[in-house]
Amino acid sequence: MTAKVSFDREVCKGCGLCTLVCPRGIVVLEQGAVNSKGYHVAVVSRPEECIACGCCARMCPDSAITVEKQ
Amino acid sequence: MAIIYAKSKGLTDKPMHYCPGCTHGLVHKLVAESLVELGELENAVGVAPVGCAGYAYDYFNCDMQQAAHGRAPAVATGIKRVLPDRTVFTYQGDGDLAAIGTAEIVHAAMRGEKITTIFINNAIYGMTGGQMAPTTMVGQRATTAPWGRDPSQCGSPIRMAELLSTLDGTAYAERVTVVDIPHLNRAKRAIQKALFLQKENAGFTFVEVLSICPTNWGMDPAGAIDWLKGNMIPYYPLGVVKDCRREGNVV
Amino acid sequence: MAQKELWKGNEAVARAAILAGCRYFFGYPITPQNEIPEYMAAHLPEVGGCFLQSESEVAAINMVYGAAGAGARVMTSSSSPGISLKQEGITYLVGSELPAVIVNVMRGGPGLGTIQPAQGDYFQATRGGGNGDYRTVVLAPSTVQEAADLTQEAFDIADQYRNPVLLLMDGMIGQMMEGMVWHEIPRRELPPKRWATTATEGKRGKNIINSWRSDGTGLEVHNLHLAEKWRAMEENEVRWEERGTEEAELIFVAYGTTARLAAAAMKELEKQGIRCGLLRPISLWPYPSTRLCALAERTSVRAVFTVELSLGQMVEDVRLAVEGVKPVGFFGRAGGVIPTPHEIAEQARAFLEQWR
Repeated sequence: MTAKVSFDREVCKGCGLCTLVCPRGIVVLEQGAVNSKGYHVAVVSRPEECIACGCCARMCPDSAITVEKQ
Repeated sequence: MAIIYAKSKGLTDKPMHYCPGCTHGLVHKLVAESLVELGELENAVGVAPVGCAGYAYDYFNCDMQQAAHGRAPAVATGIKRVLPDRTVFTYQGDGDLAAIGTAEIVHAAMRGEKITTIFINNAIYGMTGGQMAPTTMVGQRATTAPWGRDPSQCGSPIRMAELLSTLDGTAYAERVTVVDIPHLNRAKRAIQKALFLQKENAGFTFVEVLSICPTNWGMDPAGAIDWLKGNMIPYYPLGVVKDCRREGNVV
Repeated sequence: MAQKELWKGNEAVARAAILAGCRYFFGYPITPQNEIPEYMAAHLPEVGGCFLQSESEVAAINMVYGAAGAGARVMTSSSSPGISLKQEGITYLVGSELPAVIVNVMRGGPGLGTIQPAQGDYFQATRGGGNGDYRTVVLAPSTVQEAADLTQEAFDIADQYRNPVLLLMDGMIGQMMEGMVWHEIPRRELPPKRWATTATEGKRGKNIINSWRSDGTGLEVHNLHLAEKWRAMEENEVRWEERGTEEAELIFVAYGTTARLAAAAMKELEKQGIRCGLLRPISLWPYPSTRLCALAERTSVRAVFTVELSLGQMVEDVRLAVEGVKPVGFFGRAGGVIPTPHEIAEQARAFLEQWR
């Protein structure tokens, strides 16, 4: 299985709600970079561990995350 | 690739203006997804409040009216009386619904108005900058309660789901929250049930959503979730307060 | 030929509204307008409409907002203190460009005042008691017949401009019974309400009913768009009635019940050899200023005299219209007191004497 998690970097506000609900603890706020609004956006730190459960996307208040799997 | 989760068609492409971590966006998603899944999006007319969700008319991908502060249930009544076959919902915050709009919500419920109200209880006025709401917890600080809510002056917080459940016209009332995935699932089921019962002409349906306001609570989102769990849930118990189908008292 | 019938003002207004296609009425009890909601409660169901008694005037006007936004012909009525409560909804209706008809059967004020007839809500009606830059067409009948006719036309005016219309009656017109004839009022050609929130049914993009504009200059753009409608109303909706203005040396200006009293006073004065005319504004906004000014400019006219059931409200519009061309006098009784024609004649004659 391959999981693909896409973040809309310009919509993300870096609130971190997605990081709280990831069962693998692999969604993190990217340090050292910000989007055009100045937010640290969410990323998947170890994509190979993602199980494509969709929790991060469902918890995102801004609908900034899309999860796909193959 | 199979899509596991993508933005709901029930929402427009407009980026939401809410503060980082504000759960308005989450509840918008649940309402939008519920309308789509029930096949009601194209049959829906929503009413936006005054307050943080005042822009909700731009976010829901269905016909929308924007109401004066607290008057959404009256506006929705006008719509529903003209269009009885449409799914009509209001989306209101706690200042809007539980303070200035108390008469409108109580009487819409009393009449058994066949509308669904989504009530965001985040224990504070958001848009105006963190003033005390009727739902503010005892001791909770607000810009108009700088030393915390004093019950000897301001009374105790109002429990709207319970209050409205005393009325025969209320067919369904449930309090939910959206602080994690299990609670999110429960909240969505409640919203779907409310909209379903509206279609069944069961009466007035009401879902209260305990929500966080990290900005005006002065917390980060994780801290706000902890505060909600520790302070709000004990006072505002989660669960079904009234279900006409369960009690057999169809109104 | 249609038969003359005896109708009470309030009931005639209610029936006229139903004839005009009004199918929804939301209201709250208050004297002296109760016959309107009572008639609606009895007769709207007969035509498949809906009457709903609301929890307050505030709720009623917001139900009107919802129903108007859903594309229906809708009305509410109240009396002075209740109309104060409706001001929030009226400014929202204007801001959101929603058509509706609002009837004010005026009683005495301020505050709870009295249930007797008065005209103390002129400022509130013509200046707008709610917030922001806005206007509403204000129509003031002086007979039961005219109340019925104007009510029917009010719905067309509201729809044409997508703006609420106020029918400003006093308790006398609302409560009295008078002979009248039911007849067809010519209907205006009106565009379909494509803006209404009736649900998309997947056939069109979403519609939004909204008065909120917070995007920089967006509100000013909206204000200027609304102002274009005010200009069109000023051009098309001014109406008045004139009696005996040819060669008059005294011009009375009065509306509603006071116009009838002034007409009676004129007869008394004419017996004394004073030639009098009457300009009765029917639209209080837009105001027949141009016509009034033209009358005042006539060489025969010595003075203009305003009569009201208030301590002087419309007289300000009269002064603005006359622009100092001729002296403007005023006589009014307030608090539910109705002056006698003799009283008016005496006051008017005394004023005229100063300028003869």
